[in-house]
Amino acid sequence: MSGARVFKTEAVVLRQRPLGEADRILTLYAADLGKFEAAAKGVRRPGSRKAGHLEPLTYVALMLARGRNLDIITQAEARDTFLPLRADVQRLAAGLYVAELVDRLTVEHVEGYAIFRLLVETLARLATAANLDLVLRFFEVNLLAHAGYRPELRRCVICQAPLRPVTNRFSPAGGGVVCPDCTPPDSGLRPLSVTALKVLRLLQDGRYVEAAALRIGPALAAELEMHLRAYLRAYTDRDIASQRFLTALRRESAGTAPAPAVLS
Amino acid sequence: MGSVAAAPVAKLIEEFNKLPGIGPKSAQRLAYHVLRAPREEAEALARAILDVKDRISFCSVCQNLTDIDPCAICASETRDHSTICVVEEPLDVLALERTRSYRGVYHVLHGVISPLNGITEDDIKLAELLGRVRAGGVQEVILAMNPTLEGDITLMTIERRIHREAPAIKVTRLARGLSTGSDLEYADELTLTRALEGRQPV
Repeated sequence: MSGARVFKTEAVVLRQRPLGEADRILTLYAADLGKFEAAAKGVRRPGSRKAGHLEPLTYVALMLARGRNLDIITQAEARDTFLPLRADVQRLAAGLYVAELVDRLTVEHVEGYAIFRLLVETLARLATAANLDLVLRFFEVNLLAHAGYRPELRRCVICQAPLRPVTNRFSPAGGGVVCPDCTPPDSGLRPLSVTALKVLRLLQDGRYVEAAALRIGPALAAELEMHLRAYLRAYTDRDIASQRFLTALRRESAGTAPAPAVLS
Repeated sequence: MGSVAAAPVAKLIEEFNKLPGIGPKSAQRLAYHVLRAPREEAEALARAILDVKDRISFCSVCQNLTDIDPCAICASETRDHSTICVVEEPLDVLALERTRSYRGVYHVLHGVISPLNGITEDDIKLAELLGRVRAGGVQEVILAMNPTLEGDITLMTIERRIHREAPAIKVTRLARGLSTGSDLEYADELTLTRALEGRQPV
């Protein structure tokens, strides 16, 4: 590897795992480097200068030294720790879900300015937004697009004809929406309502402010979540571990309200 | 590599190699040390290893590792049984005992909730804690989780659970702020915020 032995970058800490006695290996996402791993030495000791700056879900400015197989973090200063995110278990769970999705849908060392920006903006929104679900849906749709799994929402994925404003079907494996003419009678594909399709398109257009102004009722919210979950499931092949926690939390705090995603 | 050493030695090296922090070279050194040591020493080591496996179990009250049940702390009459300090690991009990300033009892969770690793509250000893709380006689629960993201998630989850089971019980957390010998300049914003919030009159 050529170039300087010491370099700087700004990244978000996605996850961490212990290494040896006092160290950690961090999975980070930076605009210029994409996803990468780096070693943080001594951060499990009390009094570590870096530890507080390198917790998961922190946006941090880093100085790294090239190592033989792992780069080593020599300096770290938090740009944003998204404080309110850490004081509320629901927001925190949503933040971890976002970090896990980025980790799962990206490959190492491929630059990703758009994904980085989306990640930082999403964490900031999760820290303050009233409607966490909408923040997550916006994030999912746009992450899928930037990661190369953009669902087709304008044309039928089979006949390529523009979609009409009727109830269509959503096909995760097909990569988008299937029109009624192309849906075989026993396809097993779930129906996609006209409103849900419109909301998905709006989310995909990438204007969060407009999307945030939408009033989404519980049934529509559940439909959106169900379709996106199925779609993500198809492209991440394993279950998203933090999703379980997120769903359990919500069910608990909703009390008697029906759990989302039970819409069949 | 193992083929050069005699089979029993190779086996020993392999077993040492499984221990945390022991690489292949250290494993070889340890194995040859045992080989050269007198028989009594090797026996003492083997016995000590089997003893911890045979005689140590979870305390039925606090879930700490113990050779008697209930453990010495839970059985003690001089300790304050109305205060429970909840920790992640048995080693945390040792650390708190070293301070000699805590007179209550403990509860060891044996892990933390970690959504990214799929570890939920069912995988830690939380139900046992709620059982103790429900049984009554508890006035305060001190949540002494590590000040990490996973520690925080665990702490907030336990707080909600206890609040639902027994709203009258006082639930506290350890103070969070600057550690002894640290440097203000290098403190992260979360630590500094907490330190400011918890400031004390001098």
